[in-house]
Amino acid sequence: MIVAVASGKGGTGKTSVAVNLALSLGGAQLLDCDVEEPNAHILLRPQLHGESPVELLVPRILEDRCDHCGECSRFCQFNALFVVGETAMVFPELCHSCGGCSIVCPREAIVEEPREIGRILRGSAGDIDLVYGEINVGEPLSVPVIAAVKREARGEGTIILDAPPGSACPVVETVHGADFCILVTEPTPFGLHDLQVAVEVVRGLGVPMGVVVNFAGIGDMGVYEFCEGEGISVLMEIPFDRGIAELYSRGIPFVDEMPKWRQRFRELADRIEEAVAE
Amino acid sequence: MKKMTILSGKGGTGKTTLTASFAVLSSDAVFADCDVDASNLHLLLKPEVKETQEFRGLKLAVIDPNMCTRCGLCEEKCRFGAVSDFQVDPIHCEGCGVCVRVCPVGAIDFVERVCGHAYISETRYGPMSHARLTPGMENSGKLVTLVRQNAKQLAEERERGLVLVDGPPGIGCPVIASLADIDCGLVVVEPTLSGIHDLKRALQLLEHFGVEPMVCINKCDLNEENTQAVRLYCEGEGIDLVGMIPFDPSVTRAMVAGEPVVEYDRASPASKSIEEAWRNVEALLELD
Repeated sequence: MIVAVASGKGGTGKTSVAVNLALSLGGAQLLDCDVEEPNAHILLRPQLHGESPVELLVPRILEDRCDHCGECSRFCQFNALFVVGETAMVFPELCHSCGGCSIVCPREAIVEEPREIGRILRGSAGDIDLVYGEINVGEPLSVPVIAAVKREARGEGTIILDAPPGSACPVVETVHGADFCILVTEPTPFGLHDLQVAVEVVRGLGVPMGVVVNFAGIGDMGVYEFCEGEGISVLMEIPFDRGIAELYSRGIPFVDEMPKWRQRFRELADRIEEAVAE
Repeated sequence: MKKMTILSGKGGTGKTTLTASFAVLSSDAVFADCDVDASNLHLLLKPEVKETQEFRGLKLAVIDPNMCTRCGLCEEKCRFGAVSDFQVDPIHCEGCGVCVRVCPVGAIDFVERVCGHAYISETRYGPMSHARLTPGMENSGKLVTLVRQNAKQLAEERERGLVLVDGPPGIGCPVIASLADIDCGLVVVEPTLSGIHDLKRALQLLEHFGVEPMVCINKCDLNEENTQAVRLYCEGEGIDLVGMIPFDPSVTRAMVAGEPVVEYDRASPASKSIEEAWRNVEALLELD
């Protein structure tokens, strides 16, 4: 079973839920798909045992063959090639690696070469198998790094995907293909607004979902009213608790210090399994 | 004209809370919400939309089944796995146009898609530029660029001295787009180990693009040790620490009331610290 943990709004507790769920279940694989700011490893302190680069194929122009016809730059939808006068330039950070420029070049003047945009790290913490990606600072395209993290998914058992915040392509890439999506929110107007957007994305992907309300007790009831109106189950509430916040600040998953929560996370997993079975 | 982006790396650290309060405290600014896929600033500044612009992102390939000869070349050449069964999956189509080009019978159309809307608005505090990305769409960076450019144009037209940008979380494409042509990046951090990790990556990003950094610590009393670590780190790197905001329930109450906290409860501990941070920012940016 593949469970994605997403949220819309940042800082609602996705990583906390993903990590505490993994610790409570035991034997899970956790894939941290927030490759811009991965945090699961800070809570899990894994022993790393492998690393590999994530590379994209980007064009290189063979100057001796190029006649500066400009066909490649007219074709490129991402403005990654620029030809003016006798100069042809490549902006590798803008390249999506579609390969189109080398197809359209009439003089076979473009070759493709791998360029590193990030890396994948593999490790384990107790019986949890953790894989996370890290995009290189300054690189804009996170989707290929997320795709590389997801390719590490093993074929069996529980796989938990920790998604990035927002509602754009990185979230779509993460949640697509999951069996279930937990949306973590906070009971505030910001939490509600971004939950509404996230629900639209997850619905569009056809992935069943449920909500975990974090920091329960602060704010208002808008999130609950929305969930009721939309027929989305509130699967669990985590109260606003200074003790939990302090543990988080020190990088300690709260199920380690508050073991009664392990049972609650296992019940959360049971409810998800039931929902998936339906 | 000065331009400042408030960013964080990690989400939910208080970017929008701070931006909205700065909007109240400033008298000469234009505001931009560059978090186009989970925008929140409008919930506090309550803009009245004056102008709406359609945003077209990348195009979408569509196969005409009547013309398709099922040769499979499009599927073979698509690097995004977007073509299967002689159909294009709009979720995976990057809009590169390779399939359109290679199709030997011209059966693939390349259509425009509206990916969101940009808005020019008025608020009680000044003009505002914002947007909404259609949920799940690609290319939010391009929409962020539009919002930022609209804000700059507004500032020029209205002769305002500051563009104040509420940035998205992370360090990827939309964040990079929100930092182009910007003088200063104010990173909001919470004193947690994750927060510090993400702060460092955000500061590296600012350095990479040559944007002057500033730091503000939110919920600084949550973990004194980590707060001290951030303070020492900033000192060591020569980065201005402009503010220390304590945890304060009035921040959430203000959000529920739909108001910037400095307006909702000016005497609250958070409001006082935010005012102090604003005075420091004003001095560092040499605003009048």
